[in-house]
This record gives sequence, C-alpha cells and structure tokens, in this order.
Amino acid sequence: MVKKSFRNIYTVLIFLFLYAPIIILIIYSFNESKSRGAFTGFTLKWYQDLFSNREVLKALSNTMIIAVVTTIVATTLGTLAAIGIHFSRKGPFKQMALNLNYLPILNPDVVIAVSLIALYRFMGLDFGLSTVLLSHITFCTPYVVLAVLPKLKQMNVHLAEAAMDLGAKPMYALRKVIIPEIMPGIVTGALLAFTLSVDDFAISFFTTGHGVQNLSILIFSMARRGINPVINALSTFMLIGFFILLLVINRIGRKEEEEIY
Amino acid sequence: MNKMKKIISASLIGASLFALSACGEKKETINVYNFGDYINFDVLEQFTEETGIEVNYDTYANNEDIYVKLKQGGSSYDVVFISDYTIERAINEDLIVPLDWNNIPNRDKIDPSFQDLVFDPENAYSAPYMWGTFGILYNKTMVNEPVTSWDILWDEKYKDEILMLNSQRDTIGVSLLRLGYSMNTRDIGELEEARDELIKQKPIVYAYLGDDIKDALIAEEAALGLVWSGDAMYMIDENPNLDYAIPQEGTNIWFDSMVIPKSVSNKTGAEKFINFMLRPDIAIQNVDYIGYSTPITEAVEMLPEEIRNSPIAYPSDEVLENTEIFRDPSDVLSVYDRIWTEITSSN
Repeated sequence: MVKKSFRNIYTVLIFLFLYAPIIILIIYSFNESKSRGAFTGFTLKWYQDLFSNREVLKALSNTMIIAVVTTIVATTLGTLAAIGIHFSRKGPFKQMALNLNYLPILNPDVVIAVSLIALYRFMGLDFGLSTVLLSHITFCTPYVVLAVLPKLKQMNVHLAEAAMDLGAKPMYALRKVIIPEIMPGIVTGALLAFTLSVDDFAISFFTTGHGVQNLSILIFSMARRGINPVINALSTFMLIGFFILLLVINRIGRKEEEEIY
Repeated sequence: MNKMKKIISASLIGASLFALSACGEKKETINVYNFGDYINFDVLEQFTEETGIEVNYDTYANNEDIYVKLKQGGSSYDVVFISDYTIERAINEDLIVPLDWNNIPNRDKIDPSFQDLVFDPENAYSAPYMWGTFGILYNKTMVNEPVTSWDILWDEKYKDEILMLNSQRDTIGVSLLRLGYSMNTRDIGELEEARDELIKQKPIVYAYLGDDIKDALIAEEAALGLVWSGDAMYMIDENPNLDYAIPQEGTNIWFDSMVIPKSVSNKTGAEKFINFMLRPDIAIQNVDYIGYSTPITEAVEMLPEEIRNSPIAYPSDEVLENTEIFRDPSDVLSVYDRIWTEITSSN
C-alpha cells in the first residue's frame, strides 16, 4: 500500500515538474504589469490586446498555415517513401535510402538552414513563404518515414499480395489494405511533422523572407526587450486548443478500438 | 450536354474571379525590419493612411542576426533598424546605401548633437531612432552608499547581490572602463586585463542574465545590476525602490538608427517612411510605447516634465561628454569572442 502511494506521489511530482513552467506562464498572462518580477494585479487586458495585435495574429496564421501544409505534404511524401523503402529488395539501395533519411534528423538545425540558403540562392529563388514551406517539408518528411516504417514492419508481409490475389488493383490494395493497417503510424508521423513545424526557429529564421514570420521568430525577436505578455495569452489559447485536439484524437482512437472488439 | 454546361460555367467563374483579383491593383508596399517590440503599431497604420503605402513589418532579436540577413541577401528589405556598431560594419562592407536627405526634410528635427556621429559621419547613411545610455541599476533600500563608480560591482559587501548582463560588449566594456581603458580598445593586453577582472568578480556575482535581468531587479532578487537607460525608466516605474546611476568613469551611449539596405526595392517609399518616423508627433508615440529616449528635440519638449528632466532618460551634456559609442571591433572580434568564452566558462 505504501508502495502504491509512493508511486502516485512520484508521478504527481514528475507531472508538476513538467507543467510548472506552463502553469506559471498561464498565471502571468493575467498579470497587470508587463514584468515577470511580481504579480501585481489581475487583468484581462493582454487577452484584449491579443485580438487587436496585428503582428501576433499574422505570425500565428503564418505558423498554422505553414504547419498544416507541411503536415499534409510531409505525411504524404513520408508515407509513400516508407512504403517504397519497406517493399524494396534488401540491398544497397534500401540501405542508402535509410541512411539518407537519417541525415536531416541528425544534422543540427543551423547546418540544415545554411545549406538550404545556399541551395535557394543557387536556384535563384526569392525568399518568402515558398522557401519556408520547402524547408519545413524537407526536415519534417524524414520523421514521418521513421514513424511509419515500424508499422510497416509489423504488418503481415503477405497482406497486400493476398488482396491483389483476390482481384484488387495495386492502388486499391494500397488504399484499402495497407493504409488502414499503418494508420496509427501515419497519425503519429503527422503529429510529429506538425509539432516540429510549429516549433521550428532556426530553419525558419534563415530561410524566410519579408512579411513571413512565424511565432518562434516573433517570440525570439522579443529577447532584447522582454516577452510581451500578449504571448502568454496566446500560449494559453494554444494550449487549450491542442489539449482539445488531443482529447478528440484520443476519443476517435478509443472508438476505433471499441468497434474492433 | 449538362456536363459541358458545368465545365463552361465553372471556367467562366474562375476566369472572372481571376480578373477581379487582378483588378485590386498591387498596392505599394515597403518591407521594414526592426527589433522585436520596438515600435508603436498605431504609427504604422497612420503611415499607411497618410501615404497609402502598406508596411510589411518583420522583427528580429539582435544585431548579429540582422547582419547575417543583410550579408546573405535573398530577401529584400527597404528600411532596417540597426545599432551603431553594426551600421559601421555595414558601411564598411557596402551593405547599405546612403540616404538622399533631399527626400527627408525632417532632418532638421533631429537634435544637432546627434547629427554627426562617429559611426556614420554627417549621418550619410542613417537616421537616429532611439538612443540611451548604459549604467548601474540599484535598489535604494539595499545599497546605502552613493553609486558613483563601476567599482561597486566588485565590492565584496554585495556578494550574491550583483547581476551582470549576458552581453559580450557591454560587460567587457564595463570592466575596461573601470580599469580606465576605452570601451573600444584594440589592445589585447588591456582586453585580457579586463577579462581577468571579470573572472575575479565571478564569485560574488549572483548571475549573468539576459532580458530577465529586469524582472529580477524589479522583484528585488538582487541589489545591483547592469541595464540600459530606457529599461531603467520602466523598472523604476514598476518599483520605486530602484534608481539608476552613470558612474564617473564614463559609460556607453548607444543609438538605434534607420538605414536602407542595398537590396532595397522601393527607395522612395523607404525615404518617405524615414521622414515620417522623424516627425515629432510620430516620435512621441514611439517614445510613449517604448519608453526609451528620442533624438527628436520637439518630441522631447512634448514629454511630461518628469521624463523630460529625468537625468536617466535625458542626461546632461556633462554626462554625455563622458560617454563612448561602440565601434565595430572587426579585426579584434575573435579576441572578444575568445575572452568572452573564457569569462563565461570560468566559475
């Protein structure tokens, strides 16, 4: 009995440690003063400011647009790549493909950023939304591949063959047999891509052009003068939003499980 | 037949939409790049109202970032706000173009003492935006003696009550000034002496902080700290126990100015913007929001008395004479980097 309560206390402590900064962040979004030195009074003015702050709203919409487009494209590319790698014959091609896939993951952000700048200058591209999207897709796709591959390995290797034996065209087999099997991996990959894209600073900063800045760049640029509590208010909203999203995803996942049983 | 109709109507709608969108002609825009949280946004809206030019506004964190962006090219900016030593570097490396002051009649609104600065003789390239000094912020209830010298930061009496700024040039500069050397010295011997002094100071320093130094001092977590004059005004507002002092050995005076990078695509728009920002009624709105000191004389006169006469925001000429502007360290930059690493990594 003691062991169980010790386990519970330990878990609570871990969660407290993880969430304490976020809780402080939310509390200070109601702080009267701009400084994080002391909590001087309760106010909703930062929330009001948030809706009229053009810069923050623009950065937020940029971040979301980039993240959604990146997720869709990276997930599609990554899934197809993973299927391709999985079904290819064991040999130098498979090994090389896997190794190349690891490169963007292992490389530091700044290295990727600088190399992308060199590439875009070489191609004569104008820096802006398109270059940021290309960069994000580039570094998010490998993570999707990594998320989908294990699911493919778990899948029964003859499933697709059996489907085609029974008369399914290859595209049909892909859509109706393989994809549903690896769906959890695809969802994980998509969430990973989304998170990485929202989170990214270094690559976005170096490959973006005028008028396009995402939240990470905006928040970092406040480093000199101190973070405006409008960011605290925005973070609170984003936390609530993602929390609801996670609840919904979990709900759907559980419903699927219930249907199977 | 039905299908044909659908296709035709769809393409007609598509074509008309396309024509309509092309009808909304390309509005004239300028791309502005500034430090984060360093402008009053109402000012940008006013500018668009008065001139019809849209402003694309981006922000960055520090001079080193903007220097990389200017050097790499790729994105075109029309107006950029950068600091003194970076302007010097940009002029030397041909990254910015001279201003055509004929298009900027509000030049005469700038205080004459700020019109011919050492990093940009005769203001050929830059128009000053904000300026300030650097000094010691102290808590009057925790420091009972007058603060007159940088020595106080080395005083054993304030062990663990001292906060230093995590900024290479400012902190090394403080140590140099205390030893009686110039903040812009290129003498490696002097720089290493400054480094040794800072390492000797380490045991009594509470922490090296970035922008959170403001919150720490307001919350009275320490007695002494290094801050810029503009921040000092804001901090004293939040906590009246605080006060700001410029030591007698002298200090740094800094300027953030507007320049036009070489990649400019709308030079007339850029110059209109700079002219607009130099207007006293616009400058006062920026000062109101940011809280730093403005170089526009008429704007200063519009300020409330306690700010106008504040020795912190607008120190006397006597004090200003004893100040130095940062110069571009260029060739000794690697020495600065090395000794800064040695300072921060020592215990």
